[in-house]
Amino acid sequence: MAMLNFEKKYRVRGGTLLGGDLFDFWVGPFYVGFFGVTTTFFAILGTALILYGASLGGTWNIWQINIAPPDLSYGLGLAPLKAGGIWQCVTVCAVGAFVSWALREVEICNKLGMGYHVPFAFSVAIFAYVSLVVIRPLLLGAWGHGFPYGILAHLDWVSNVGYQYLHFHYNPAHMLAITFFFTNCLALALHGALVLSATNPGGGQIVKTPEHEDTYFLDLIGYSVGTLGIHRLGLVLALNAVFWSAVCIIISGPFWTKGWPEWWSWWLDLPFWK
Amino acid sequence: MDKTYYSRFTRQALLLIASIALLAGCELPPNKTAQWGFRGTGMVDVEHPATMQANFAANQVPEGIPAADPSGPRASQVYKNVQVLGDLSAGQFTRVMLSISNWVAPQQGCAYCHNLANFADDSLYTKVVARKMLQMTRHINSDWKTHVQGTGVTCYTCHRGNPVPAYVWFKDEGPRTAMGYLGNRMGVGSPKPSMGNSSLPFDPFTNYLDNKENIRMAATTALPTGEDRQSIKQTEWTYALMMHFSKSLGVNCTFCHNTRAFADWKQSTPERSVAWYGIRMVRDLNNDYMKPLTEVFPAHRLGPTGDVAKTYCATCHQGVYKPLYGVSMARDYPELQGPSPSVVVAPAAKDSSEESSPKKNKKSRSNASAKLEAEIGSAAKTAAN
Repeated sequence: MAMLNFEKKYRVRGGTLLGGDLFDFWVGPFYVGFFGVTTTFFAILGTALILYGASLGGTWNIWQINIAPPDLSYGLGLAPLKAGGIWQCVTVCAVGAFVSWALREVEICNKLGMGYHVPFAFSVAIFAYVSLVVIRPLLLGAWGHGFPYGILAHLDWVSNVGYQYLHFHYNPAHMLAITFFFTNCLALALHGALVLSATNPGGGQIVKTPEHEDTYFLDLIGYSVGTLGIHRLGLVLALNAVFWSAVCIIISGPFWTKGWPEWWSWWLDLPFWK
Repeated sequence: MDKTYYSRFTRQALLLIASIALLAGCELPPNKTAQWGFRGTGMVDVEHPATMQANFAANQVPEGIPAADPSGPRASQVYKNVQVLGDLSAGQFTRVMLSISNWVAPQQGCAYCHNLANFADDSLYTKVVARKMLQMTRHINSDWKTHVQGTGVTCYTCHRGNPVPAYVWFKDEGPRTAMGYLGNRMGVGSPKPSMGNSSLPFDPFTNYLDNKENIRMAATTALPTGEDRQSIKQTEWTYALMMHFSKSLGVNCTFCHNTRAFADWKQSTPERSVAWYGIRMVRDLNNDYMKPLTEVFPAHRLGPTGDVAKTYCATCHQGVYKPLYGVSMARDYPELQGPSPSVVVAPAAKDSSEESSPKKNKKSRSNASAKLEAEIGSAAKTAAN
C-alpha cells in the first residue's frame, strides 16, 4: 500500500481549470475536482443507459448485449431512443466522461507542476474513439456509421467495415498502425527485460546501474537510446500506433470507397515500370 | 533559431509531408452511402459520386431498333442456312441482324461475320461463333432465369460495341521468370485488375469457373479428418474469386455476406443466392458454349495457353451490380428469348456439402439491390443537375 501514501506537501490547492476551489478536494486517494464530478456523472449515466439498452435487447448474455447506432436514414439527426437514440446518448456520455478524465489529469498536472504528457497521451486514445463514433460518421453523413457497443457486435462491425474495402491489410495507415503496435510491443519488452536484468543480477550481487544498461545495448547493437530516450521512444511508438489507427478508419469511406488493394495502383502506375 | 532546432524542425516537416503523401490518391468526401444490414452491423456501401456518375454514364442502354412485324414468312423460308433464328419472321430476323451489327461490330458492319457476296456462307469464323452466341443468349434467357431473372441478356450486355467483349478471361499461368523454381510465384503475387489488384492468386477462374471445384474457405472440422482437404490454398483462391465478384459488381463483400459468417446462408443477403446461380451459369456457359468454340477461333483470339476466351462476372456486369443497371434490353427483343423452354437446369442438387444450395428466396430482388438503386438514382440526379 506504499503507493497510496502521500505527503501533505503534494496536496496543494489550485491548478483547477473550472470550478475554482469548489471541487478542489480529495476523496480517499482520489482527487475530485470539477472534472471528477463530470466524469462520475457521465460514467454513471452512460453505464445506466447501457444497462437500459441491454434490458431492451432480449439477452443478458454479456457477449451478445448490443447497443446499436441508428439506421443511416436518420443521418446526423437524433433517433428515437429505442432505434439508436440510446447509442447516441451513450456516445455523448462516453465522450463526456473521457474528456472529463483527461481534463482532470490536466488539473493534477497543474497541481504537481508537471508536464502534460499523460493527458496528451490519453487525448490520443480519446481521439481514436472520437474518430470512430464522431469524426467518421460526420464525414459520412450519418451517426449510423459509428460502431455498436457490444462485445461481439463491435467485432462483427469491424469485420464488415473492413470487408467494405475488400482487404483492410492493404490500407496504408492500417499498415503503419500495426507496425507501430508491434514495434511498441517490442520496445516495451526490451525495456522491461533490460531493467529487470539490471536489477536482478543474481544472488549476492550488487544491483547494476543505467550505465550497465546502456553498455549492454552498446555492446549488442552499437547504440543505446538511453534511460530517458527509451520512454520518449515508447511514447512516440504508442501514440503513433493509436494515431494511425484513427487515420486508417477515418480514410476508409470518407476518403476512399474502393478496395484498399486498388489504392496501391499508384505504385503500379509509377512511370518507372509502367 | 539554432541549427539543431532547425534541422529537427525540417525533419519533422518532412515526416509530416511524407505522411500526408501516403494518403495521396484518395477521394474527397462527401460520399454516398446505402445500408442493408441491421443498424450497426456495418453492412453498408460507400460510393464516391464521381465513380458512380462515371459508371452510370458508361452503362447506358443504346437506342434500339423498333420492333418488327412477327407475321409473314419465316426467316428459314426466306434466307438460306438460318440455323438458329429460323423461327422468326423475315422482319424480325433482319432487325436482329442489324442490332447485332450495332451491338457487336458497329465499325465493321455486316462484313465482320458475313461474306458479302454470299451471306449464307459459313466461311468466316466470326459467323460460326456468332451462331453459337445466339444459341447461348437464348439459353441464358430461357434456362438461367434463376440468375438473369426477368431482365435477360442481349449481345450488348457483354459486347457493348466491341467485337470481343472487353471483359473475358484466359487461363493465366503467371509471369514467366528465368529463375526456375526460385521464380515460381505459386500462383500469387502478380496483381491484376480483375482481382482488385490484390496479391491473391491471379487465376482462381480456372478452378472455379471452368473446372467446377467447390468454393470453400476452410475445413468444416477443427481437426483434420483426411476427407475435408480445404485449406489456406482454397481460402486464397476463394478470396481472389470474391475480389473479382466485388470488382465486377462495384460492391463490397457485405452486398452478399455478413462477414462474421461468410458461409452461413441464413446470415447472407438474398443477393447471394442470385450470385450462386450466376456461378453455375458461368460454368455452364464456359463449358458448353465457349470451350466447344476453341477450334473455331483463329490462334490470335486464343489465350497464352491456347484456351478460348471465357466468361466471368465482369463479362456482363462491367462494374455494376446489375448489368446496365437492370434495364432490360431483352424485353424489347423477344427474338432472343429461347424458342421454347427446354429442360430447366436445376444445379442446386448437384453440389455437395454445406455451401451447396441456397434456399430459393422468393424476394431475391430485395434489400441490397433496392438500396443501391436508391443510391444510384440520387447520384444520377446529381449528374444531371
